[in-house]
Amino acid sequence: MYSLRWRKFIDHSMTVLTALCALLVIGALVVILGYIVANGVRALNWSFLVNTPKPIGEPNSGIANAIVGTVILISLGALIGVPVGILAGVYLAEFGTHRFGNLLRFLIDTLTGVPSIVVGVFVWTIMVKPMGHFSALAGGVALAIMMTPIVARTTEEMIRLVPQNLREAALALGAPRWRVTIGVVLRTATSGVATGVMLAVARIAGETAPLLFTALGLNYLSTDLLHPMASLTFQIYYYAASPYDEWHAMAWAATLVLVGMILALNIAVKIFTRNRHA
Amino acid sequence: MQSGSLVSPNASTPSVPERKSAAAEIRGQDPAVIAKMSIANLSFYYGKTRALKDISLTIPNHQVTAFIGPSGCGKSTLLRTLNRMNDIIPNVRLEGRVELDGQDIYAPRTDVVSLRRRIGMVFQKSNPFPRSIFDNVAYGLKINNLTHSKAELESRVEASLRAAALWEEVKDRLKESAYGLSGGQQQRLCIARALAVAPEVILMDEPCSALDPIATQKIEELIVELKEQYAIVIVTHNMQQAARISDLTAFFWLGELVEFNQTEKIFTRPDQPMTEDYVTGRFG
Repeated sequence: MYSLRWRKFIDHSMTVLTALCALLVIGALVVILGYIVANGVRALNWSFLVNTPKPIGEPNSGIANAIVGTVILISLGALIGVPVGILAGVYLAEFGTHRFGNLLRFLIDTLTGVPSIVVGVFVWTIMVKPMGHFSALAGGVALAIMMTPIVARTTEEMIRLVPQNLREAALALGAPRWRVTIGVVLRTATSGVATGVMLAVARIAGETAPLLFTALGLNYLSTDLLHPMASLTFQIYYYAASPYDEWHAMAWAATLVLVGMILALNIAVKIFTRNRHA
Repeated sequence: MQSGSLVSPNASTPSVPERKSAAAEIRGQDPAVIAKMSIANLSFYYGKTRALKDISLTIPNHQVTAFIGPSGCGKSTLLRTLNRMNDIIPNVRLEGRVELDGQDIYAPRTDVVSLRRRIGMVFQKSNPFPRSIFDNVAYGLKINNLTHSKAELESRVEASLRAAALWEEVKDRLKESAYGLSGGQQQRLCIARALAVAPEVILMDEPCSALDPIATQKIEELIVELKEQYAIVIVTHNMQQAARISDLTAFFWLGELVEFNQTEKIFTRPDQPMTEDYVTGRFG
């Protein structure tokens, strides 16, 4: 038997320890965000958002092309990756109970762990090289490959959380299996699945490596999917690696814009998927 | 014949006169009551475990049939074989026959989806969908394309809610979430949802086990009303409930059907000593 005093001591110490760890995580986030905001706002203004890059020293240089490019590339990636990922997750959760499902789950986990630069090189080999030039389309495919496993696994987890008795209730009313899956299971899991999609979008929005070999980058505003396209991450990489202070400041501002976009997207999805009946 | 037992000695060919006489005896004067479902030599396995052993009984129309017995005796398993809800559990196996209106529901050509539409089910834990009250009741009507206009849909939802004695309480908030209802209201909503698709049989798996006495009383009154139109099978742990609302009672023990008889007989002068021990609270 431990004494009451000793148990209370352990209780308090563990509470403090876990609280400190939680603070450490949040603290890191606050420091990073604070640093980005502090450095980013200096070069951030309206003209920065609506103009395209200019040679060093010229006024009114901006990142409009990179903002548009990132939106297009993410949309393209999501357009391919989200449906495939959600359907794969539905399969794993609802039907993939046997050996094939386990194999699939293992492969998807492996794909999640593949370094992004490898995905970039892979897409370069299958798309950029045969086409003969870099393209936004290849960038979208690379991002989709990054996204799909994340979406699939979070969708699977969220669908597993749907109580079995909801499925039984629908089946007992004479609902065919596919209607139960879409109308009850997926619908109930909507906000969880949307959160998974958001995590995946946030993840790929910050990727540079897969784009380096696929969409490359471009100093002009372009919406042509078959040609190179600018992106915020590439622009940040390009500016940050330059020797000019002015470009460093622009890299910080572009980072702030990227973080702001992801944040805005997160809030929007939270609002739209708020389940009225949950 | 005289005993009124529905446990047929040769259940694979249950004799119709016996079923009629048994049912007629309960109804007093209505010999037209016939078996809605019949179970013959049913055994059920979870993997290698035999959960039901050679069960044979008939479920008459317009009667409440109660399944009682201690936990793990197989009564819920049996209930779930009646609408093939056990099909969704992996590694299960069934032997014997279950018939609905004389048709074997485990025949290979059976359309399980339309079978389940004919046999409604109410679960132990109320399980409304995370939708509005209206949409919960309308769900079964919509997926089965049972209504042809918005007005028809609305009138059938209302009729179902009325039949489940819930209409007065929810008529002003049909668009609100079903999760805002109390436990008893949620369970009546689940009953309304089951009634909406106009089933022929209603299976109830301990529908009152999570409810307070007042909500329980409402559901019990409802069950007695509903038997005018449906065959009702109810699993219950509450022996007073079985005594109050059922016409026939089946007592199960360790996967076996010990006794199946008129409820009154089960609770006053059962044939089996074990039944008497259970209903008088000596074990279980």
